[in-house]
Amino acid sequence: MPDLIRHDGIHDDEWTLVSAPEEDQELTLPDGPALLPATVWKENRDQFAGRNDIGIWFDSHEEPEAFAEVIDDLPVIAVNFPKFTDGRGYSIARLLRERYGYKGELRAVGDVLLDQLFYMKRCGFDAYALRADKDISQAEHCLNVFSNTYQAAVDNKEPLFRRRKAEAAS
Amino acid sequence: MYVYDEYDRQILNERVAQFRHQTDRALAGELAEDEFLPLRLQNGLYVQRLAPMLRIAIPYGMLRANQLRRLARISRDYDKGYAHFTTRQNVQLNWPAVEDVPDILAELAEVEMHANQTSGNCIRNTTTDQFAGVQSEELTDPRPYCELIRQWSTYHPEFAFLPRKFKIAVNASEGTDRAAVQVHDIGLELVNNEAGELGFRVYVGGGLGRTPVVGPVIREFLPELDLLTYLEAILRVYNRYGRRDNKFKARIKILVKAMTPEAFAEKVEAEWEHIKNSPTRLTREAVDSVKRFFTEPDYQALEDNPDTLQAQRAESKAFDSWVKRNVDKHKKPGYAIATLTLKKTGVPPGDVSDRQLEQLADLAEQYSFGELRVTHQQNVVLADIRQDQLFELWQAIRPMGFATANLGTLTDIICCPGGDYCALANAKSIPVAEAIQRRFDDMDYVYDLGDIDLNISGCMNACGHHHVGNIGVLGVDKKGEEFYQISLGGSSQRDASLGKILGPSFAREEMPQVIEKIINVYVDNRTEEETFLDTYRRIGIDPFKERVYA
Ligand code: HEM
Ligand code: SF4
Repeated sequence: MPDLIRHDGIHDDEWTLVSAPEEDQELTLPDGPALLPATVWKENRDQFAGRNDIGIWFDSHEEPEAFAEVIDDLPVIAVNFPKFTDGRGYSIARLLRERYGYKGELRAVGDVLLDQLFYMKRCGFDAYALRADKDISQAEHCLNVFSNTYQAAVDNKEPLFRRRKAEAAS
Repeated sequence: MYVYDEYDRQILNERVAQFRHQTDRALAGELAEDEFLPLRLQNGLYVQRLAPMLRIAIPYGMLRANQLRRLARISRDYDKGYAHFTTRQNVQLNWPAVEDVPDILAELAEVEMHANQTSGNCIRNTTTDQFAGVQSEELTDPRPYCELIRQWSTYHPEFAFLPRKFKIAVNASEGTDRAAVQVHDIGLELVNNEAGELGFRVYVGGGLGRTPVVGPVIREFLPELDLLTYLEAILRVYNRYGRRDNKFKARIKILVKAMTPEAFAEKVEAEWEHIKNSPTRLTREAVDSVKRFFTEPDYQALEDNPDTLQAQRAESKAFDSWVKRNVDKHKKPGYAIATLTLKKTGVPPGDVSDRQLEQLADLAEQYSFGELRVTHQQNVVLADIRQDQLFELWQAIRPMGFATANLGTLTDIICCPGGDYCALANAKSIPVAEAIQRRFDDMDYVYDLGDIDLNISGCMNACGHHHVGNIGVLGVDKKGEEFYQISLGGSSQRDASLGKILGPSFAREEMPQVIEKIINVYVDNRTEEETFLDTYRRIGIDPFKERVYA
């Protein structure tokens, strides 16, 4: 099982990321918990009613809007970073957390590198499948490189200008 | 000027430590070149033709004397004793070593400076009018808003990996636009609405480069306190829907064009609806507390146009010319705004030596409350000079090379580093600027020609703003040889427009003569009051074409 970083440490990952079946293929589920492509899950939704071992994953061009109604049912949502420079996943994460109120585990998967972890955390991710060739022992350091931030995001709802003590009028 | 508190200091120091860690890993081979690339760009570090280049931010263009001295020391200790002021209120070092950059950033942090987001696909340094706060016609001082944007955009977690770089500029003067807001990704113009409330007119999707566009207005009035939430909505729409498949089509201008400005505006409004009342909405207290950093210095009660000044101007024609050209009206009686030009013939526009940086620091301390501003025309400004000290200042700056009295004229050329320094260049630009300056060395003639913007870029990236020059020069490559294409009629002013290409390009040797022919068409056709641009707009491009290609 590949390792998964959560905010409380490094865990074995029980979940299998399932890719979209080819046109003429049937969807086959692995044993154990599975993350299905969001659209595949939606098409077969009835089939998974009541299961808490099925989650979904989005690709960076997909829109969380279409899932706003149903995400409460999902224990895990993963967002794929096809390339670490593709920043759409950050907006998707914020929307899931802040607009659609998603409370379950939100994972970053794909081209997940150390230097992006802090930003991912701020946008609402709480689990990270670091790219396999990267040094996972540095993850905790990289998740916490800054002790304060200017803007509001998922991790801190108040921007610094609201937290700063208003300087006494001089 | 804004002064850091504990929060700013801590966040910046943590950034320096972070970049040191990243650089160490890159040098140790733990970070691949393409993985380090966006990280180093977001810390100002380019890798260039001859050496790396470090681009340091100058928020709202302002520098204190101690910062100038630190820049001087850094350019001496880590570079070849030169720095370069750019068209985006940044300063560039052309020869630092990659492994020194964390140390340079640490030295900058000690004087509240940084290279944050001066490059890369993120929100860049926000620019504004170099006369902010000292001229009489502005609605309000734009700098506090730039500072609020700086804080909001610095390490913004959602917008560090945008489809492309992103530039914001703010202007607050009704009559002029020294910040070129209409050719930025977002241009903000401070305005009052009919009820007299303060807010912003919002332009989105302007920019130069390969596809130059004058940005359309997407909102006529945005209330002041909604600034950051609205910016966040724009950036979110861009981050999600901007093209990522093609670098040349990734800028927001392409998205706005493809969607139409109306549809883009609707999308932004829909996004904004959700977040307009979030805690990111500014508070009156937050705005006021930032405004307190931009209050007036300790001005004395003085008379305008003192007798001493009048006598000095009467006595020295050279001084009088400098005052006419390089000195602007100040909002306070008895004070003046003086622009020191970095456009001496033989020196690349915008270049300063370490010694000159120290001289500038001394001048700022002696004459202008210890502060100085840099302009997007690559000059520097002492904004609070006593009128009765102008003569003394002028005498001081003449031997330093800052007194070239050509501000705003044909020889006050904006020029990118071009083929002399830049890996992307198609042609050199510095020698072209110099040749034109040499051809037009008769100052009386240059004054007679009046205000003309001549801008030169060494390639399509348009660092020298050639599209918005009244006369634009663009370096082009033809089968490995350097040529220059001319455009006419561009403006970055309130009547912003893009220049129109004159015709086939020219060899470098021909350039001064070609410019001369263009100028002659103007001189032959102008009416008494017309600037070059007025005449061009009246008579069109054909008379210029006929003369130049005759
Ligand atoms: C030698 C170092 C430099 C390099 C490698 C460089 C690189 C670039 C590149 C690649 C772009 C194009 C971005 C695009 O079209 O999206 C660009 C744009 C720009 N550069 Fe530079 N540049 C350099 C120096 C300068 C200098 C010295 C200035 C100021 C004089 C400058 C000002 C600008 C401006 C204003 C733009 C924006 C044009 C726009 O609005 O699209 N750059 N630069
Ligand atoms: S315009 Fe081209 S040549 Fe000039 S600095 Fe920019 S990238 Fe380099």
